[in-house]
Amino acid sequence: MSIRRSLVAVAAALALAGCAGPTASTGSPSAADTPSAPTESKTLTVVTHDSFALDKATLAAFASETGYEVKYVSPGDVGTVVNQLILTKDAPMGDVVYGIDNTFAGRAIDAGILSQYASPDLPKGAEAYAADGSNSLTPIDYGDVCVNADTTWFTDKGVAVPQTLDDLLKPEYKDLLVVENPATSSPGMAFLAATVGAKGEDGYLDYWKALKANGVKVAKGWTEAYTVAFSGSSGKGDRPLVVSYSSSPAYEHATQALTQTCFRQVEYAGVLAGAQNEVGARKFVDFLLSKDVQAQIPEQMYMDPVDPDVTLPADWATYAAVVTDPIEVPTAELGANRDAWIKAWTAAVIG
Amino acid sequence: MNQNGDRYFSVRQASLNGKVPVPFSFRSGGHHGVGGSPWAWAAAAALPIAFLAVFFVWPVTALVARGFVVDGRWSLAGVQEVLAAPRTWRILTQTFAQAVLGTLGSVLLGVPGAYVLYRCTFPGRRLARAVASVPFVLPTVVVGVAFSALFAPSGALGGLGLQESLAGIVIALVFFNYSVVVRTVGALWSRLDPRAEDAARTLGAGRIRVLATVTLPALAPAIASAAALVFLFCASAFGVVLVLGGQSYGTIETEIWYQTTQLLDLPAAAALSMLQLLVVSVSLILAGAARTRQERALRLSGNPVERPLRGSDLPAVLLTGTVVLGLLVAPMVSLVWRSFATADGLGLANYVALSGDAGQFTVSVWQALANSLATGLAATGIAVGLGLGVSYVLSRRPASVPGRRVMRTVDAVFMLPLGVSAVTVGFGFLITLNRPPLDLRSSWLLIPIAQAMVALPLVVRTLLPTLRAIDPRLHEAAATLGAGPGRVVATIDAPFALRGLGLAVGFAFATSLGEFGATSFLARPDRPTLPVVIFQLIGRPGAENFGMAMAASVLLAVLTALVMGLAEWIGPRQVNPW
Repeated sequence: MSIRRSLVAVAAALALAGCAGPTASTGSPSAADTPSAPTESKTLTVVTHDSFALDKATLAAFASETGYEVKYVSPGDVGTVVNQLILTKDAPMGDVVYGIDNTFAGRAIDAGILSQYASPDLPKGAEAYAADGSNSLTPIDYGDVCVNADTTWFTDKGVAVPQTLDDLLKPEYKDLLVVENPATSSPGMAFLAATVGAKGEDGYLDYWKALKANGVKVAKGWTEAYTVAFSGSSGKGDRPLVVSYSSSPAYEHATQALTQTCFRQVEYAGVLAGAQNEVGARKFVDFLLSKDVQAQIPEQMYMDPVDPDVTLPADWATYAAVVTDPIEVPTAELGANRDAWIKAWTAAVIG
Repeated sequence: MNQNGDRYFSVRQASLNGKVPVPFSFRSGGHHGVGGSPWAWAAAAALPIAFLAVFFVWPVTALVARGFVVDGRWSLAGVQEVLAAPRTWRILTQTFAQAVLGTLGSVLLGVPGAYVLYRCTFPGRRLARAVASVPFVLPTVVVGVAFSALFAPSGALGGLGLQESLAGIVIALVFFNYSVVVRTVGALWSRLDPRAEDAARTLGAGRIRVLATVTLPALAPAIASAAALVFLFCASAFGVVLVLGGQSYGTIETEIWYQTTQLLDLPAAAALSMLQLLVVSVSLILAGAARTRQERALRLSGNPVERPLRGSDLPAVLLTGTVVLGLLVAPMVSLVWRSFATADGLGLANYVALSGDAGQFTVSVWQALANSLATGLAATGIAVGLGLGVSYVLSRRPASVPGRRVMRTVDAVFMLPLGVSAVTVGFGFLITLNRPPLDLRSSWLLIPIAQAMVALPLVVRTLLPTLRAIDPRLHEAAATLGAGPGRVVATIDAPFALRGLGLAVGFAFATSLGEFGATSFLARPDRPTLPVVIFQLIGRPGAENFGMAMAASVLLAVLTALVMGLAEWIGPRQVNPW
C-alpha cells in the first residue's frame, strides 16, 4: 500500500487564540500527569509523522547531551500516527509525539493520549499557535496552505491571476485548478477547512459543487497534484492553479501563493500519557523549540518555525508569501467535524 | 520406516501425462517411505507456520476482532452498515474488474514473453530478462509518476486518452506483473522436455495444435500459479490504482487504508477486511483447484532446452518486443530522462546531489541504500529459509482426499499475506507484539520480517512448480535402491530446488528492495530504506528534490536489475540429477 499523504508538511492546524478555554476535562487525568513523579528510563522513543527530518548532527547532539538511547518511530502520516496512538493508549508506543496537526489535535486531546506539559522554552509570541487552553500540545511549526498560481502561464495567456476563493468559480478559470483529496492528503484537508472557514458549515458544499462545475481536478495527494498536474513545477502539467503551501514559491520561483485563500496548519509536539520516560519526553519537546532546531525547520521540513526570531532562509524571505490573515476554523470544531466534512465532501465531489 | 510413506504419492500423478505405464508398484509398502514420515513433514512445516501465525494471523485476527466488539460486546452493526452501502459494492466491483483485466493482460502477454525470453536464445537475452523484471519491484509512487507523465495530455501518450481510465490502470498493472508471469512460466518452459512436442509434430500436428494440446497443458501449473499471484497483486494494488485512476476508481485496499488510518473506524475496516479475505480466499481456492486438476509430473530436462529464434517465432518475438519496449521500457525511459533533467538542461546534477551533505537529510541516499541492502539480506534469508520448508512440504502429493485438502489449505494460507492489507497487518502488530517477550514495535527486525512475509508467497510460487514437477518415480527409484529419506532429499530434491533457488533469492531480495507498504509503517526515520527516502523526496517541493527522487529511483531500478540478472547468472544450471 502506498496511499499516504504526500506532503512534507502534514499538518494542518490553526492558530486559534482562545478558541477553547482551559477545560480540565481535556488531556489525560492519568498518574502520568502528576508532576511530582515523572518517569525516566534510559531509552527515549519518539513517535513522528513520516516527514520528520532534522540534521543528523543535531539529533546526535541531543542524544549525547541527554544520555538517552533515542529511538525514532514514524509509522506514516499524521492520521496514521494519531490513530495508532489512540489504538495503543493502554501500552503507548513511545514517550513523546511530534507532528500532530490541528485537524487531528481535537481527536488526540479528547482520546486522552497526551499528558500536560508547559515548556519553559516556548518562545514569546508562539503562544498564539496553541491548540487549546490546555497544555496537552506544544506548537512547534506552522505552514499556510494556499492556492498557488503558475505566474508564467497567466502572463503568457494574458489572464489575470485569481485572488480569492470566489474568483476560482469564474468562467475564465474553468479547468485550471487541481486540489488534493482531503481524505488522503493533509493539504487537501487544509483547503477543505479553508472553504468551511470562509463559506461556513452551510455554504462550503455549495461552493465545492460550483468548483466541480467549473472543472476542478482532484488528485490523490500533494505529489500528484503539484509535481504531476501543476504546470508551474518540473512536471509541466496542464493545470496552472494548485493547492500547495505559501512557501512553495521559494522552490518554484515562477509561481505565487494567493494569500486570500490560505488556511494555517500548526504542528505540535506532546508528551504521551503513560510514557516510560516523561523526563526525556519533556526534554525532547524543549529540544524542538531550541534555536538550532527551529532554524532548521524551513529547510528540513518546509514549515515555518513558531519562534518569530529565527531568520528564514534567503529564498523564503524573497519568494514565500507572507500570510497575515489566514482563514480560521476553531480547533474543537475541526476535531469534532473533520470526518463528517470529508464524508460530505466525498459524496458531493467524488460521488 | 513406516508404511505411510507411499500414501504421499498418487499413482495417477506418477505417470507421465497419464499415458505411460507405471513401471513400479507404488503400493508395495515394503521399501523405505519416500522422503520420511509425516512427522518429518510436520517438522519442516512447523517453523513457517509458527512464523505466519505470530507475524500474520495473530495481528490480523486481533485487529479485525476489535471491529466486531462495540462497547465491550460483540456486534455486527458496523459490518452490516458497510455491507449495506452501495459504495462498498461499487468498490468491490471495481477491484474485481481491475484484477481480472490486469491478470488477463499479464497472462496473455506474459506467456509469449516466457517463450521468447526463456525458450529461445538470442543476443542480449540476459539484458532483456533483467529489464523485464525491473518494473515489478519499482516503488508504486515512482511508477505512478512515470505513467502519469506519459498519460497526461502533455505527455508522450497524451493523445490516447488513458489518463484516469480503466485502460490506464490495467496497463500499469500489466507493467508491474508481466515479469511474474514471464519468470514463473519461463522457469518451467525452459526445462520442458521437447520430445512430447516433437512427437506431436512428427504425427502431423500443426504449431498451433501442438501449442494448444501439448505445450500449454504442460505449462498449466505454472500459468495457474502465476495467474493466482498476479490476481492477488492486482486485487491489492493500490497506490498505482489511485495515482492513475484519479478519484473515480477505488479498491478495497484503499478503503481499508482510509477507514483505519484516517477514521480509525475499526468496524468498517473489519468488515472490509473480511470482504477482502473472502475475495482472496475464493480466488486462491479456484486457482488451487485449477492447478490440482492440471498438475502432473512433467518430464523436465536436466539442462535448459533452448534453441535459437526461428522465422516462425516472429509473432511471439514481435509481441514481446513491443511489450518490453513499449510497455516496460517507455515509462522507465521517461523516468531516466527526468532523472537527468535539471534546471540547466540535461546533466548529472541530480545524481551528484544524491551524496547529499548531511545538513539536507537525516540520512544520505547512500546510507539509505546500505539500509536497504542490509534489510534485504535479512528478509531474503528469512523468506528463502522458510520458503524452502514450505515448498518442500507442499511439493508432496498425499493420496488421500483429506490429505490433499490439507495441502491445498496450507498452500493457500501462505499466499494470504499478499492479499491482506498492509494497514491491517501494521496496526495489528501494534496491539499484539507490544509486550515482552515479543515487544517488537520499535525493533528494526520487524521490517525484514514484514518484507519476508510479502516475499514468502513469491518464493514458494517460484520453487513449487519445479519441485512439483519432479517425477515421483525418481523418489521411488532412489528409495527402492536403498536411499534413506535424507539421501533422497539430498540427491533428488535438492538439485531441482537449487535451480529454482537462484530465482527465488532474486525475487525475495528484489521484493525487499522495493517494498514500501509494510515498510512504511515500520520504518524508523533514522534508518529509512531507499523507497522510503524516495517517497520523502517526492513529497517535497522544488525541482531539485524531484530530480533526486527520480535519480534515486533509477538507482533502485538498476540495482534491482543487477540483482535479478545476478540471480539468474549464478543460478546453478549445470546440475544434472539424472
